[in-house]
Amino acid sequence: MDAPELDSIEMELFVQALQKRHGHDFTQYAPASLKRRVHLLVDQLECKTITGLTERMLHEPAMLPRVLEGLTVPMSDMFRDPAMFLALREQVFPLLASYPQINIWQAGCAHGQEVYSLAILLEEAGLYERTQIFATDLSDRALQRASEGIYPAQEAQQWSRNYQAAGGRRSLADYCSAGYKLLKLNQRLRRNVTFAVHNLATDGVFCEAHLILCRNVLIYFSNTLQNRALSLFRDSLVRAGFLCLGVRENIDRSPIAQAFVPFSEPQRIYRLASHLDDIAE
Amino acid sequence: MTTPAAIAIGCSAGGVDALMTLLGALDARLRQSVLVCCHRSDAMDILGDVLGRMSVLPVIEAVERQPVQAGVVHLAPSGYHLLVESDLHFALSADPRVNYSRPSIDVLFCSAAEVWRQALIGVILTGANADGAAGLQRIRELGGVAIVQSPTDAEATAMPQAALDMAGADYCLPLPDIAPLLNRLCLGSL
Repeated sequence: MDAPELDSIEMELFVQALQKRHGHDFTQYAPASLKRRVHLLVDQLECKTITGLTERMLHEPAMLPRVLEGLTVPMSDMFRDPAMFLALREQVFPLLASYPQINIWQAGCAHGQEVYSLAILLEEAGLYERTQIFATDLSDRALQRASEGIYPAQEAQQWSRNYQAAGGRRSLADYCSAGYKLLKLNQRLRRNVTFAVHNLATDGVFCEAHLILCRNVLIYFSNTLQNRALSLFRDSLVRAGFLCLGVRENIDRSPIAQAFVPFSEPQRIYRLASHLDDIAE
Repeated sequence: MTTPAAIAIGCSAGGVDALMTLLGALDARLRQSVLVCCHRSDAMDILGDVLGRMSVLPVIEAVERQPVQAGVVHLAPSGYHLLVESDLHFALSADPRVNYSRPSIDVLFCSAAEVWRQALIGVILTGANADGAAGLQRIRELGGVAIVQSPTDAEATAMPQAALDMAGADYCLPLPDIAPLLNRLCLGSL
């Protein structure tokens, strides 16, 4: 038996162990990236094999948060894809402004860069005081980092350029305090943010949202799980609510995608379809 | 030798010119899937158009969840790693940069190597960093064929040199000889 086949067996056992021991279901994650992340964990934790990682995960309770973080959290940037944030600011926010109370769900918030980006945009649009942001992730450790809002300062220049390109009205420096190596987002920005654990693979609807952002999260899911998550979004959105995905995501394979109509196709901003006609009246 | 099913190509600095030369000289009869990872700034969204004008085979940007097509050049989108699933569909990843790069050649090559094994040809062209070396090594480990542009012939030597140092190569050639070799390997004695 050659190495890749052995690898597949070890992967299967790892996923099964994670599910049976800790109740976390990764069976519907897209295999190529999942395998890559598991191998990165094997290297970082200096296990010799995937089976070595499986053993530690089974027997050392402290390992679980570390494993979950490694399996789920991609690094993000503030205002990644500035054109999408510009579209939010110019096209979506004016429509949200008609609601007395705005609920936004950031699903799979990872380390929170986009949560703070969003809060800044809302602040500048004068909408933040009546907005509630629910930022969820399945990883406790990710949520902890997100609530701290501390990032490597080396990112600051790029993020600042992104912010300007997203139509930022001030200077990104106005929203954070920068040290030599780290920058910390102004904690006032999270006054209307609730961080909570939520797993798109297993949990249900938990809020009624006017806007859902879930960018570059579904790319790690199988078609089946992508469809489940999109169903959850459909059921969570108010009539004609908005959904933002990552700019290279493809939902053509999901039957439920019919429930959404493109609002800005290049920016992957969609709107819940079923009640659009009522709204137009 | 196994008939190749796919060709994976990696490059960075100077890579656009090199790709135009290479893709312009491929045989129109090729039925192999071609996957290209070229480092570039996010602003370089027109790469597909530029290459499409020169390429004999159609050039499209790889779309997640869509099937890998025969006789088509698939370009890794900027800002994401490109991977191939074992059912021959594309997947994207927003994971951190590898070798300061996203898309990373190593990520594409390792993933393609596991899918196609000995039916894969890996090609490293001109480039300014060491991305692709580990991926080419993985391709060779799993029985695939490795082609590296001669560093002396490349606009930037670092990438082909790093690939030779880490992985070695089955063929090390100047750029104008690479497309004819690919045609020969893929079409046999047609």
